[in-house]
Amino acid sequence: MPVLNIKKFSFTYPGVEHPSLKNINLPIKRHAITALIGPSGCGKSTLLRSMNRIHDLYPGNKYEGKIEFTDQDKSVSDILEIKKENEFIELRQKIGMIFQKPTPFPMSIFENVAYGLKIAGVKNKTELADRVEVALKGSALWKEVHDRLDKSAMGLSGGQQQRLCIARAVAVKPEILLFDEPTSALDPISTGAIEELIVELKKDVSIAIVTHNMQQASRISDFTAFMYLGDLIEFDKTENIFLNPKEKKTEDYITGRFG
Amino acid sequence: MEKIFQKLALSSASLVFVLLVGIFITLYSAAKPAIDEFGFDFITNPDWNKEVPIEISSSTAVTPSTNMSDKASSEVKDASIEDEDDMMLDDEDDDMMLDDEDDDVTTKTIYGGLVPIVGTLLTTLIALVFALPIAMGIAVFLAEIAPKNISNVVGIAIELLAAIPSIIFGMWGLYYFAPIIADMFGGYQVSLLTAGLVLGVMILPFMAAITRDSMNTTPAVLKESAYALGATKFEVIKDIIFPYSKVGIIGSIILALGRALGETMAVAFLIGSIFVLPQKITDPTISIPVAMANNFGEASGLGESALFYLALILFIISFAVISIAKFYFLKKAK
Ligand SMILES: Nc1ncnc2c1ncn2[C@@H]1O[C@H](COP(=O)(O)OP(=O)(O)OP(=O)(O)O)[C@@H](O)[C@H]1O
Ligand SMILES: [Mg+2]
Repeated sequence: MPVLNIKKFSFTYPGVEHPSLKNINLPIKRHAITALIGPSGCGKSTLLRSMNRIHDLYPGNKYEGKIEFTDQDKSVSDILEIKKENEFIELRQKIGMIFQKPTPFPMSIFENVAYGLKIAGVKNKTELADRVEVALKGSALWKEVHDRLDKSAMGLSGGQQQRLCIARAVAVKPEILLFDEPTSALDPISTGAIEELIVELKKDVSIAIVTHNMQQASRISDFTAFMYLGDLIEFDKTENIFLNPKEKKTEDYITGRFG
Repeated sequence: MEKIFQKLALSSASLVFVLLVGIFITLYSAAKPAIDEFGFDFITNPDWNKEVPIEISSSTAVTPSTNMSDKASSEVKDASIEDEDDMMLDDEDDDMMLDDEDDDVTTKTIYGGLVPIVGTLLTTLIALVFALPIAMGIAVFLAEIAPKNISNVVGIAIELLAAIPSIIFGMWGLYYFAPIIADMFGGYQVSLLTAGLVLGVMILPFMAAITRDSMNTTPAVLKESAYALGATKFEVIKDIIFPYSKVGIIGSIILALGRALGETMAVAFLIGSIFVLPQKITDPTISIPVAMANNFGEASGLGESALFYLALILFIISFAVISIAKFYFLKKAK
């Protein structure tokens, strides 16, 4: 049973005539990494941002179809049915998101990681400290920052900031993490560290990652979805997509003939 | 070429300091006679333009002079405010004649700045306390809550409000606002409260517009990150947008403070313009800029110097308030 099951899903931005996503059918499997690849503007971010309904911060979007979310206790709900603010909050605590550019909040390193816990109602000081430490260790950042937790997060390097954002998302113990090109603003060494980290996280969470970097998709992902102009062209195990794609378009894209 | 440019930039920058120092020196030298005469007692002395016998030393002179000011204030309460203004002028004429004669009359005129200093500080404080929460509310509404089209319309209205000349605020305040305030809080129509509130209305659009602009600079992706962690709109505003735009908000407060401290026209209409220490917030009094504007024409000698002393104090107050705001809060913001 996939943790997210996207069924006959279409999405239209406000003021746009044609849907940006058309009839998408895609499972996001539990404890696996699913990569979304495809040329710029094909709708990867749009699809990813539907999974936590972050689109809904802006009015006027149109959804069709279903995105079924299977909770740890096996209860199934349709993400697209959500209407109330507290349901959105619950959803986003379960489905975290990391963006292309690191987004440290204007507060200390500790407060950044503790933020999601605090707004979720964790008040106990020792519990907060423990969970921040666990999250920072889990994000391979603890060694670098344990002696300056009270310093502003703005003083970290780009790669450290991105790992801080991952720690911040991990701290609330989500079931799914959505990454939208998390390394495209980083140098190769930081990129390597983040990739290692994402693979490491797989044992605790299910992951969907948008990437422009095909080596990255082949290195870290278990499944790959190839999208083109709002359509899902092909979805399969990563090795099949890269070694023997069934669709001509997929093959053209991964061999670099367009995109 | 680069050298020339650097020199030009440097000299323009130093011009600012030359101006600052120049203004300070001018004020100081013009205020010198009053400073020599009254010293720091000027700041704590509530009597403006009062005659005291010359023989009595300054420490014992306090008793009779306070009596006189009490008398003056009780007179004021009987007289209507417009009459009071005339009365002050009469007083001054008398003084000058007495000074000219100065044969057997052993009196001198003393000036104290306490009343206008208190008036300036209190009107500014009232304005800030009134305007700050409302301006923040408007800014949050415009930046985060209102739909785009409503936000644009209200935003333009706010900017228009900020462009209205202060004398219009003064007239509106006197004819429309003052009676309402007097009905609501009792007391005089022209008072500290009326002047402070209208001043608050004047600085409100500034603070709201600048605060909204700096809130709008919060990157969308930063807000999205907080929402993606399960934050509510209120939490995003409180924890992300406010801290992010803190510098801009403090800047808007500093600008508003500067404007409120120095505002003359609107306050002149509304404060009552009498040199009496207010007992209640609804009492009329005077502020430093209004004291200068009203009395400069007729002033000469020590009186004129005392006005310069007031100007120097206003300069120092503004400077101190703004530097404190800047260094204290901006440091904390980092
Ligand atoms: N807010 C929006 N309003 C209207 N159309 C939009 C909006 N955001 C994106 N689009 C359109 O939707 C389509 C898909 O965009 P999306 O950002 O999902 O592409 P992407 O695959 O993530 O591209 P990239 O690799 O460049 O990030 C594009 O045609 C884009 O122009
Ligand atoms: Mg994208």
